[in-house]
Amino acid sequence: MALSLRSGLAVAAACVLSSCTGWQSSFNAQAAQSEEIKRILLIFIVVCVVVWVVVMLVLLFGLTRPKGLREQPLDLRESFEHRAGSVILIAGIATTITVLALSVVSYGAQRTVFANDPSQVTVKITGHQWWWEVQYQADSPHLSFTTANEIRVPVGQPITIQLESADVIHSFWVPSLTGKMDLITGQQNTLQFTAKNPGVYRGQCAEFCGAQHAHMAFTVRVLSADEYRSWRDHQNQSAASPSDPLSIQGEQLFRGRGCGLCHTIRGTLAGGQLGPDLTHIASRESIAAGTLPQNPGNLAAWISDPQHIKPGNLMPKMSLRSHEMIAILHYLEQLQ
Amino acid sequence: MSEVAGDPRRELRDNELEQSELAALLLRLWSTPSGWLGRLTSVDHKVIGRRYILTSFAFLVLGGLLAVLMRLQLSGAEQKLLSPDLYNQVFTMHGSTMMFLFAVPVMEAFAVYFVPLMVGTRNIAFPRLNAFSYWMFLFGGCFLWIAFVFNAGPDIGWFAYVPLSSLQYNPTKRADVWAQMITFTEVAALAVAVEIVVTVFKQRAVGMTLDRIPIFVWAMLVTSFLVLFAMPSVMIASTTLILDRLVNTHFYDTASGGNVLLWQHLFWFFGHPEVYIIFIPGTGMVSMIIAAFARRPVFGYTMIVLSLIATGFLSFGLWVHHMFVTGLPQLGASMFTASSMLIAVPSGLQIFCWLATLWDGRPVYRTPLFFVLGFFVIFVLGGLSGVMVASVPIDMQVHDTYFVVAHFHYVLIGGAVFPLIGAVYYWFPKITGRMLSETLGRWNFWLAFIGFNVAFFPMHILGLIGMPRRVYTYTPEMGWDHLNLLSSAGAAVFAASFALLIANVIRSLRHGELAGDNPWGASTLEWATSSPPPPYNFSRTPVVTHRDPLWADGDNLRVVAGLSVERREVLLSSIADAEPHTREASPEPSIWPLLTAIATTIFFIGSIFTPWAVVWGTPPIAVALIGWFWPTGSKEDEE
Repeated sequence: MALSLRSGLAVAAACVLSSCTGWQSSFNAQAAQSEEIKRILLIFIVVCVVVWVVVMLVLLFGLTRPKGLREQPLDLRESFEHRAGSVILIAGIATTITVLALSVVSYGAQRTVFANDPSQVTVKITGHQWWWEVQYQADSPHLSFTTANEIRVPVGQPITIQLESADVIHSFWVPSLTGKMDLITGQQNTLQFTAKNPGVYRGQCAEFCGAQHAHMAFTVRVLSADEYRSWRDHQNQSAASPSDPLSIQGEQLFRGRGCGLCHTIRGTLAGGQLGPDLTHIASRESIAAGTLPQNPGNLAAWISDPQHIKPGNLMPKMSLRSHEMIAILHYLEQLQ
Repeated sequence: MSEVAGDPRRELRDNELEQSELAALLLRLWSTPSGWLGRLTSVDHKVIGRRYILTSFAFLVLGGLLAVLMRLQLSGAEQKLLSPDLYNQVFTMHGSTMMFLFAVPVMEAFAVYFVPLMVGTRNIAFPRLNAFSYWMFLFGGCFLWIAFVFNAGPDIGWFAYVPLSSLQYNPTKRADVWAQMITFTEVAALAVAVEIVVTVFKQRAVGMTLDRIPIFVWAMLVTSFLVLFAMPSVMIASTTLILDRLVNTHFYDTASGGNVLLWQHLFWFFGHPEVYIIFIPGTGMVSMIIAAFARRPVFGYTMIVLSLIATGFLSFGLWVHHMFVTGLPQLGASMFTASSMLIAVPSGLQIFCWLATLWDGRPVYRTPLFFVLGFFVIFVLGGLSGVMVASVPIDMQVHDTYFVVAHFHYVLIGGAVFPLIGAVYYWFPKITGRMLSETLGRWNFWLAFIGFNVAFFPMHILGLIGMPRRVYTYTPEMGWDHLNLLSSAGAAVFAASFALLIANVIRSLRHGELAGDNPWGASTLEWATSSPPPPYNFSRTPVVTHRDPLWADGDNLRVVAGLSVERREVLLSSIADAEPHTREASPEPSIWPLLTAIATTIFFIGSIFTPWAVVWGTPPIAVALIGWFWPTGSKEDEE
């Protein structure tokens, strides 16, 4: 007992330490919604710890308290039976009141989390095996654009997330911002959060969705309003045209090898819908849904053998000669 | 022998015989035939119960080894022991095996063995159905595991959510194997449930009124009703899934108007009561062990029984808490928050009653009681984390994370497995006639207790700091590796505790101290017969005048006389007052349940490959059933 208690304390300490640094942690609350959840989480934890300790103390005392001899198991004392009955009745009533009170606390937080304020920014997230399609919704079509796996939002205003699935069920979860919500085939769910502080918060698919469920991460980068606006305006543009010979060759290879059958690069003939939009791939921080940092080396590794990095994903292996690979990489790195 | 019409031959009854003569006659009448073919015909609830217990423990070992594989894979970041494909099969097999092939069957197995003994009858109701049930369970379990060995193990989670389990996203036979394994185990579970209900209602010893039924028997009665109402839901689910996959129906095809959430409703309408199908028998075991080792009757018999029944009803009103993040209407979801939390009330009342029992008792510290004390520490914590996940906002953070993994292992291992291991130590002497070693038992307990907590407590924190479930790997920068390593170390200790249990069982089977009829001085009827019990259970069926018959009447139990010794007979009694009603013939051993199970197995397995199996698979089952029910010309039941 003492041993497990000590290890429990050590673990609790580790928890407190890690909660300060985690970028995918319920304790690292950075939005109104996640703060509210964290608040009631702490209330529940305190209540539960208190109840557990009380029950354990009663058990311990009940076992160790001095007791007289009992000749026969059926020699029961009427006084004890009566008193214990009353105590249990009171404890039962206390339990009922406690859980009803906790239900009310929970419902209050639920209303905050699902407040559904009017919002200026609406992002539609479509889950794919195993990446996230991110579409910024706007009133006029020319202001909508698509990207993948990285979401950027302005700080301090409610962001509406519309959740859909292109295949199986996934779940959108950024613990630092709010709780999770499933992306369900054939229906649209919505979620809202209002980020309080700029920063990068990691999220990950939380519903088992097949072979690469473990490699379906994304980030939400919270920016100041100005930074957000300039990023949005940049993303909204079509891809830069290849200017130097190498990237022109890369663009031709990209088309010639059929990359464009799955991937879109806006402003070119590549218009595939199966894989992530690559219009501004070079401006992203990671590839393959948060699996690898985005840089030429990792891009080359990914293109030459995606099945090694993320077995089971839908991208076929590309057999490219090294000079072809260099050209394609050069082209992709231009897509700022 | 010739019989003259109008002059029925008078049959020999047990009141005309001396004890030794009677025992010899009954032994001949009730024994399972010898030889391996003879053993296959057994309808003795103890023989079948023992097979059921051993088989489900074999599946526990297999499921446990898969858990060890997963803990090895997750012990550090980016381990390469298991491929993602294999890992997904492993966690699916672990969950399916533990839920369908271990936890539910093992509880039913203990009921099959002990309910007839505890209610003082000679065999379970529908003994041939009981044999059939065991064979179906065995064949279903083997089917799943053989498929796994041939790389056709399901990889869709034990919950098999559509559309991941649909033909489009799972084009191999893996999902069919899962769905049909469900059908096997459901058939087996439903059969046992019917037997238990009828045994408890109609075969109780004379005088065992409703308020004298042992609590474990009450628990199994409630559990059996849960099985009867919950299992059909998952059978509909698995059948419609197979139909979607095999004959292209569109139950779950959104493009054709199907609905994927329908699956979740059907699955969890079964899946939540399922938790109580596992947990309620555990509480029954706790009540029995506490009474025996606190040396007094359990406090608040009526309150405990009513709590069991209330838990049974409430368990059908909670399923939506598995679906809080599927976008259901918020007010509706919050209703399920309240109902989920309210189930803490009947569970709490039971805990309070046990605390009062221990408070007033004179505890004798033996291994079974240690496991029950471990149950308190672990289960109360698991119940409290259950109150946390019942809250919609909290669940939004912890749903499908390791917090939930920690929670339900605290509930299921704490609430069911610890009492179960305690029950093994408690009832092993009755089943085998020998005691398990107390020294090894203490080691077993402490290893299990420490190993369990070190393995599963850190998972609460892992979930809160963002680790989702069912991931085959994670990157070092997530900062999850230390806690995972700690958890894996705990899992190793926990696994060692089971190795010790097996060693203890093997050693004690040969060298254990002889137990005698009632080694613990317990109060219920299973301790009134010899250890192990004879094939006929009781030479004369007992009469009960008290809730704790062996404490009230000592060795001088009154008995009923007048049962036949020429044919297998059990006494039927009335539902509420257990007044004697009828002498009812109890079936002879038969090979037909096995043959029926084989025919059904061929039908089930065939029908995952072709719908025509439903056509050509039926005649053999019909033939086997005709053989099973072939009239034997036995006498009418007598008043």
